[in-house]
Amino acid sequence: MQIIKDREIVEDNWLHLDDEAELVAGNITVSLARWQEQHQTLTQHEGGLGIRLTGDDPLEEIVPDLAHFSLIALIFPAFVDGRCYSFARLLRDRFDFKGEIRAQGDVLYDQLFYMSQCGINSFELANPNRLTQAIKAFDAFSESYQATVLRPEPLYRRR
Amino acid sequence: MYQYDNYDQTMIDQRVAQYRDQTRRFLAGELTEDQFRPLRLMNGLYIQIHAPMLRVAIPYGLMSSKQVHKIADISRKYDKGYVHFTTRQNFQLNWPALETVPDILAELASVQMHAIQSSGNCIRNTTSDQLAGVNANELEDPRPWCEIIRQWSTFHPEFAYLPRKFKIAVTGSADDRAATQVHDIGLHLVKNHQGEIGFEVLVGGGLGRTPILGQQIRPFLEKKDLLSYLEAILRVYNRLGRRDNKYKARIKITVREHGINHIRELVEAEWVHIRKQLELDDKEIQRVKQYFTEPDYDASAADDQTFTEMQAHDPAFARWVKQNVVDHKVPGYKIAYISLKSPTSPPGDVTAEQLDVIADLADEFSMSEVRSTHNQNLVLSDVKQGELYALWLRLEAEGLATANINTLTDIICCPGLDFCSLANASSIPLAKAINERFDDMDYLYDLGDIKIKMSGCMNGCAHQSVGHIGILGVDKKGEEWYQFTLGGSSEADASLGERLGRAIPKDEVVDTVATLLDTYKELRLEDEPFLATVRRVGVDPFKERVYADN
Repeated sequence: MQIIKDREIVEDNWLHLDDEAELVAGNITVSLARWQEQHQTLTQHEGGLGIRLTGDDPLEEIVPDLAHFSLIALIFPAFVDGRCYSFARLLRDRFDFKGEIRAQGDVLYDQLFYMSQCGINSFELANPNRLTQAIKAFDAFSESYQATVLRPEPLYRRR
Repeated sequence: MYQYDNYDQTMIDQRVAQYRDQTRRFLAGELTEDQFRPLRLMNGLYIQIHAPMLRVAIPYGLMSSKQVHKIADISRKYDKGYVHFTTRQNFQLNWPALETVPDILAELASVQMHAIQSSGNCIRNTTSDQLAGVNANELEDPRPWCEIIRQWSTFHPEFAYLPRKFKIAVTGSADDRAATQVHDIGLHLVKNHQGEIGFEVLVGGGLGRTPILGQQIRPFLEKKDLLSYLEAILRVYNRLGRRDNKYKARIKITVREHGINHIRELVEAEWVHIRKQLELDDKEIQRVKQYFTEPDYDASAADDQTFTEMQAHDPAFARWVKQNVVDHKVPGYKIAYISLKSPTSPPGDVTAEQLDVIADLADEFSMSEVRSTHNQNLVLSDVKQGELYALWLRLEAEGLATANINTLTDIICCPGLDFCSLANASSIPLAKAINERFDDMDYLYDLGDIKIKMSGCMNGCAHQSVGHIGILGVDKKGEEWYQFTLGGSSEADASLGERLGRAIPKDEVVDTVATLLDTYKELRLEDEPFLATVRRVGVDPFKERVYADN
């Protein structure tokens, strides 16, 4: 499957494992529940490890574990559920997460600009057929009033 | 007033281009109705019974005469030649075509206006006191702070998909004309013990089907911390607010379910982290404040004698002055209300021709500015007293001199069943019937300050819960019935009205109002206003009279 990562169309090299699926080598993501249950095994995993979070999950509880993850997938069950925008901001601004933050679920063209400003840098679009067109969304606005992850100084300090 | 620089204009123009593309993709079938809905809502566009409705933001109710002319032009070119002013100082077009909305937004952008975030589950237009900057009782002009909030809230990437809509109101005066206690966040400019001015912050107020007054979350916030504190509240709400039930998703319910103390702890804990990053510096505060400096008032305006003479000479002018004109902080100047509650048109409506006249009058008499009010009227804020008579004659000629501000017929009213797809009952025809029944101005003046607020459904857009007399339309087996409440207020003494009793059929609503007024006249002590009488005697004496016949 193709995704957008850092404004480019790339082949996805991550496997998102169900809780029942057997562990395999290579880059995998697991749910928070599985991470908590199989913490010991997963820290020995060969290959990249990622975790999947929803807006219901207690973000602060996994902060001590962040060093284990090279990818955090934020799940948008519906595009109108905006909780993970705050998760992305906090992961970048407060918890200093430098790895990949990926949007999964109901991820649509028209939300990409705001998602990217909040620090999400890879996107599994709900409609993977329009990726070339979707890249344009990152340039919908050339400025933001606010302090964002991409522009840490608010406009009022720059104008 | 604030003027866009290149940054502001570029972003507004890019927004128009973005929405033009979204509309095109929707019409081409590339976006589903569900995917398009939040996008159009965040550009002000609802789909109503007869046609789309476009709500355009008027930041804190302030318009230049040039903008007013543009509004008139747009309503002629894209709509039916009139607009409707709302309780949040915005205006609405009732009949635009969906395909033309991008063009309307482009025209608005050409005069530094927009419809951004005037609907949808995001931070809405920030509202304020229509007498900001001209009112003698004011601690500080709230408008620069409103503009700073406008910029922070516009296109905030983190808060575009909140659990529910989010409204902020700011006042700089103890007399609350902005209904701050029934907003998600209410900000009051206050002075602390050291004599510094900052903000008292209220959170969790709101109307609708669960009316609740806001509670104080912080007694004093330094001005430089305004945006960091707002951002902390919004972040806590974005994470904690309920998303399982839209009727329980407003922050008022979050505050009620978790308690103000817990919410305060969460907000303050969040705030510590972002306080420094978002601190406002003096340079930015001064940059915005320079747009709201006092105009050059004419010191000789107070020498005028004709204002008093003309009132003695012309009783109709004197009545208008008594009812629609209030004092200005500068001697010799007055503030004139233009009532949009004439008996001949729905509350808050004004025609394109009238708007053009109002814009011309603003140029001629009032520093080229017009303000919209929470009560759905307009204001000319800087009129020399010696020119009021000439102004009044011109307003009178256009049907704009209805002398009923704050009287029974200055009704706040939602569009109701006539336009709105949510409504259960009509409201505009009843407002008209009340206006026609109580057309004796002397009777109205004798009754004094009475605020009727009437909504066509429990979403409560006309704020009936805080009306001195609140009237709520409900549907009973396909018929329109009306639930009355008494004793509400949205001002500094805010309170929620108490239910009068069982709902009343439509054809008895006007008679019921008459009975309430008769009861008040019998019970009042000397000059006691309606609200004070209700608060003194309670609802029971009114209830007995209204339901006595049944």
